[in-house]
Amino acid sequence: MSQTRREMLVDPLVDNNPITLQVLGICSALAVTSSLQVAFVMTLAVTFVTAFASMFISLLRNQIPGSIRIIVQMVIIASLVILVDQILKAYAFQISKTLSVFVGLIITNCIVMGRAEAFAMKNPPVASFIDGIGNGLGYGLILMLVGFFRELFGSGSLFGVTILETVNNGGWYVPNGMLLLPPSAFFIIGLLIWGFRTWKPAQVEDREYKIQTVEAH
Amino acid sequence: MSDQQNQGPIARFLAASPDSVGKTIIVAVSLCLFASMVVSLAAVSLRPVQEANKLRDKQVNVLQVAGVYEPGIDVAEAFSAFEPRVLDLASGEFTDEFDANSFDDLAAADDPELSVALTDDPAGIGRKAKYRVIYLLKDTDGALDKVILPIHGYGLWSTLYGFIALENNGNDIYGLQFYQHGETPGLGAEVDNPRWKALWSGKKLRDDAGDLQINVSKSTSAAGPDYHIDALAGATLTSVGVDNLVKFWMGDEGYGPFLAKLKAGEI
Repeated sequence: MSQTRREMLVDPLVDNNPITLQVLGICSALAVTSSLQVAFVMTLAVTFVTAFASMFISLLRNQIPGSIRIIVQMVIIASLVILVDQILKAYAFQISKTLSVFVGLIITNCIVMGRAEAFAMKNPPVASFIDGIGNGLGYGLILMLVGFFRELFGSGSLFGVTILETVNNGGWYVPNGMLLLPPSAFFIIGLLIWGFRTWKPAQVEDREYKIQTVEAH
Repeated sequence: MSDQQNQGPIARFLAASPDSVGKTIIVAVSLCLFASMVVSLAAVSLRPVQEANKLRDKQVNVLQVAGVYEPGIDVAEAFSAFEPRVLDLASGEFTDEFDANSFDDLAAADDPELSVALTDDPAGIGRKAKYRVIYLLKDTDGALDKVILPIHGYGLWSTLYGFIALENNGNDIYGLQFYQHGETPGLGAEVDNPRWKALWSGKKLRDDAGDLQINVSKSTSAAGPDYHIDALAGATLTSVGVDNLVKFWMGDEGYGPFLAKLKAGEI
């Protein structure tokens, strides 16, 4: 095994982050980051699904027929997602109302499929499970960072607790409404990727082409 | 069972190439069976808790719009003061044809037997159920105190579902609350803002001549401040939607006949 388990867990946080380096799972990162509480529950849900989906797929990896490989992965992931959705509806009803369709859409979250296909199909169950946790947390880290900025400056609160009293509630802070709309997450994620790549230049991708220099005659 | 190979059928199956047709089918079928069992087990075993949640959520909303909700109260007990009744919209009279506790009026709106298609449809709801479940709040003497009427209609992005609470004269608004919508956070979603919701309290639906005057608009109302709710800043279309849906449900197509009876003291 080329990586230790610790590396598998820590690597996806910064060095191999699913959002900023692999650029997976952007869609839900836009949708569920307008408040921290929702982002936090989404993080837990995605981490749970990625970890267990990777583990089960890894357990079955020698038995999964190549021709229906993706479908088998989808069935496992979808079952886990329905399980999470049912549990949230039963024990976290208010949050499941806010998350609405996005829990169901974990099925289409590229991170889950990406890790299943890229890692779990080739590695043993425990390693796959840890890899799933690491990637779920890496996704969650970005979600929480984006959620922090969006909730603080968009609604003047953190985890629903008012920090900046907004004008609508009789305070002084004029909230930045754009931050509550999904496109703002694009800007924040873009800035984060810029920050990460300045900090760790190794993450900068090689250019796909070079402009040819014509020598002067 | 082949003794020469010293393997049972399961071991041989596991060792077989996963790409054979037989194995592909067996893996697919058994995985689907297993997954469907897990999912249905979860769905069935958690259903009672989920339904209790849904019921409690609806009750909390009824309590909130009637102004009796406080965090931490016993919802079921507080809700027992409310009497659910099924109302026939066209006649404005109660009907005992359905059980008020289990009748789902939103589902009934999709049932051709129990609903009518709307030609004039300002609220953007398409079909209207003929019957709706309303809640009567009685005071300790058993006299009618407030009525809680469910309302819904289209805003900017989504259908807003809510309740309006009216005083027992059927004309004075006590409160309005939406419990489900998908309007823009920070703009249209300010329909949930307590300061805006408080504007509804004490407004009147109809003037002395009996004309429906209530309106949500940016300008002032010709009928006077008693009938006017200031529209939400930056949420023109949501405000128009709320205006339309309140007018629709309070009008003749909605609860009009019932409110007329209520005002005349016939309920």
